[in-house]
Amino acid sequence: MADRTLPIDGSLDLTPPREQEGTLLETLHSWVITVDHKKLGLMYMMLAIFFLLVAGAEVICIRIQLAWPDNHFLSPQVFNRLFTMHGTTMVFLVGIPLVFGFANYIVPLQLGARDMAFPRLNAFSFWMTAFGALLLYYSFIGGGGLYGLGNAPDVTWWAYAPLTARAFSPGHATDYWALALIVTGFGTLGGAINVIATVISMRCRGMTLMRMPLFAWLMLVDSGLLLVTITPLTAAQIMLVIDRYLGGRFFDTQAGGSAVLWFHFFWIFGHPEVYVLVFPAFAIASEVIPVFSRKAIFGYPAMVAASVGIAFVSLGVWAHHMFTVGMTSASNTFFVLSTMLVGIPTGIKIFNWLATMWGGKIRFATPMLFCTAFLFQFLAAGLTGIMLSVAPWNWQLHNSYFVIAHFHYVLVGAIVFNVFAGIYYWLPKATGRMMNEKLGKWHFWLFFIGFHITFDTMHFVGFQGMPRWIYTYSADRGWNHLNLVISVGGMIQAVAVLIFAYNLITSLFRGKIAGNDPWDAWTLEWSTSSPPPAYNFATDPVVQSRRPLWDLKHPEDPDWRYE
Amino acid sequence: MSAIPIVPGVNEQAWNLPSRGRVGMYCLIIGESAIFTIFVVAYVFYIGKSLYGPTPEQVLDVPIFNTICLLSSSVTIWLAERAIERNSIRTFGLWWAATIVLGLVFLTGTGIEWHRLIYHDGLTISTNLFGTTFYSLVGLHATHVVVGLSMLLLVLIFVFTGHVRQEHSERIQVLALYWHFVDAVWVIVFTVVYIVGR
Repeated sequence: MADRTLPIDGSLDLTPPREQEGTLLETLHSWVITVDHKKLGLMYMMLAIFFLLVAGAEVICIRIQLAWPDNHFLSPQVFNRLFTMHGTTMVFLVGIPLVFGFANYIVPLQLGARDMAFPRLNAFSFWMTAFGALLLYYSFIGGGGLYGLGNAPDVTWWAYAPLTARAFSPGHATDYWALALIVTGFGTLGGAINVIATVISMRCRGMTLMRMPLFAWLMLVDSGLLLVTITPLTAAQIMLVIDRYLGGRFFDTQAGGSAVLWFHFFWIFGHPEVYVLVFPAFAIASEVIPVFSRKAIFGYPAMVAASVGIAFVSLGVWAHHMFTVGMTSASNTFFVLSTMLVGIPTGIKIFNWLATMWGGKIRFATPMLFCTAFLFQFLAAGLTGIMLSVAPWNWQLHNSYFVIAHFHYVLVGAIVFNVFAGIYYWLPKATGRMMNEKLGKWHFWLFFIGFHITFDTMHFVGFQGMPRWIYTYSADRGWNHLNLVISVGGMIQAVAVLIFAYNLITSLFRGKIAGNDPWDAWTLEWSTSSPPPAYNFATDPVVQSRRPLWDLKHPEDPDWRYE
Repeated sequence: MSAIPIVPGVNEQAWNLPSRGRVGMYCLIIGESAIFTIFVVAYVFYIGKSLYGPTPEQVLDVPIFNTICLLSSSVTIWLAERAIERNSIRTFGLWWAATIVLGLVFLTGTGIEWHRLIYHDGLTISTNLFGTTFYSLVGLHATHVVVGLSMLLLVLIFVFTGHVRQEHSERIQVLALYWHFVDAVWVIVFTVVYIVGR
């Protein structure tokens, strides 16, 4: 039974809040100077959602261009810029801010802490990320000087050498790209340090590591992975800047430098980065699925071990992006096997989520719908991933639309779906108001249908040999109808996202009052008011099991008897 | 509704978590190590691959004096840490200042070496692969020395203004961790650049 009173006595200061005072300017000022983890978390989320819309608009332009053969909606140069910006934005300005948005808002609440370990570092990290975003998008007007209007980077999001050398990428667009990634990289490093220190040092009394919610565990592993993932990228970008500004020779093949070294450095970052982005999706699934199945998570220790295992294995698989570069057969074999190895811990996680649902009393509210779709889509994405990990198969399909379909199945089918689930699940906590369930179902079904129309079809057009990065194709290649279908699916997803945006904004004003614990959940963030006060908990909570609120609601049958 | 769930005695149990400052600094060190790893890998990968000179054998001298200075600064900062734990701020300030002097000597030595390489041997960052990798790896380390020295200097100023007390020993030790890291990295850089690569 949902309990709408305060579950922990004395956990809240019940003195009525001061009257909201202050002008708009003062409110704005309070957001700019804030070091509160909840406000910073919301700012990260707003940044991410804003750039999700921007990068979405970029890809809609790309899909309009590709809907018909010999189309002239975009010029080839603009096409290159748009897919570069789409990729860079989605990874660095959407994916990573989403990690820290969720981690910032949820982790201290779940741990019973009053803030992150380093609140000022937290604000610094956010503003570095925002400044990096500004640098990247300033390249649109500043990349070639103001006269070179519309001169964004066009070197793809992994910027293979030697294309990035001064001779082949004149102007400053590539410099803005490199500097933006260095700057956001420092922000990311700060954020990762903060999350780790918070999880290690800020837990409330009784919350041992093995009693932590899986969400906090996954954010800990994710941040640990980021520590050793984002820094090699920073190092590689510093080398690129040295090459471009100081005449260095790192990637200059005419002086004996090696372009392949850049490939390695980039993918040493680039592949673990995929896991960095998908861990928040795992984290959200690990909270939403138990709550909406009315069962405790199945196999908690195995889930923790699998997360740590994925993080470790993911550090040794990067060169499966480079089978077509021409490595030795020994390294090909190594990277084929290590890539396949990732399937084992990932499979453990999928089975555990399924086992959590098995025999549960499932409530298909919007968050659960998204998480259920995530399970099956992520499985399919994993299976095409295993296919692509086989080197000969990869030689055949590398840089075709099959690869695009595979990784968008992960990035959209798993990550974006679960990010939506997370927003529907936790937004009532952050704003105190529920999102509209009916609009939520419309959002889910339209997005689900659009997703499958687009990305299922993309596999086939890849089999037919359509390569990525081409700005158009001739009518006799046989790709016409499939491309039109893909583009139509893209539009359906865009409509679904607009419904989501409408739902989000109207819920702030007209949403049903949520109460403290609208989902009858079990972790500590639901024990405080919605939205939580600045200090989170007036008295520090004490926990004895993985589900402290279950213990409170069911004193006759508490969890700590069994753990 | 029940009150906060309490098993008798749970509140009396010790609940000690690691210091957040230390955890944060260890995380920073792990991240920084990854940056250095990439630069070291680039250096090792390009050993002997320069198409034209000058080569490391022709121009590099082993900076033994420099290395001794930097490594002994780890000892002096450790003595400073011990002094502040025992609440003898005077001794702390002395060892702390000694650490800064040793760091400055190291930086000066690097400056002299670079001056000789640039003006005498004609090796710049754009001369060849050796120049690029040498200046960026040693320069990255020197940058960390500069950052470390700035922080150490800040603490020294606080010593002079009388703001450093025994209760700050935890923070001092966290800062000292960074300095130990900078020294440890020099061991790697020294081995790779002056022994393996020469």
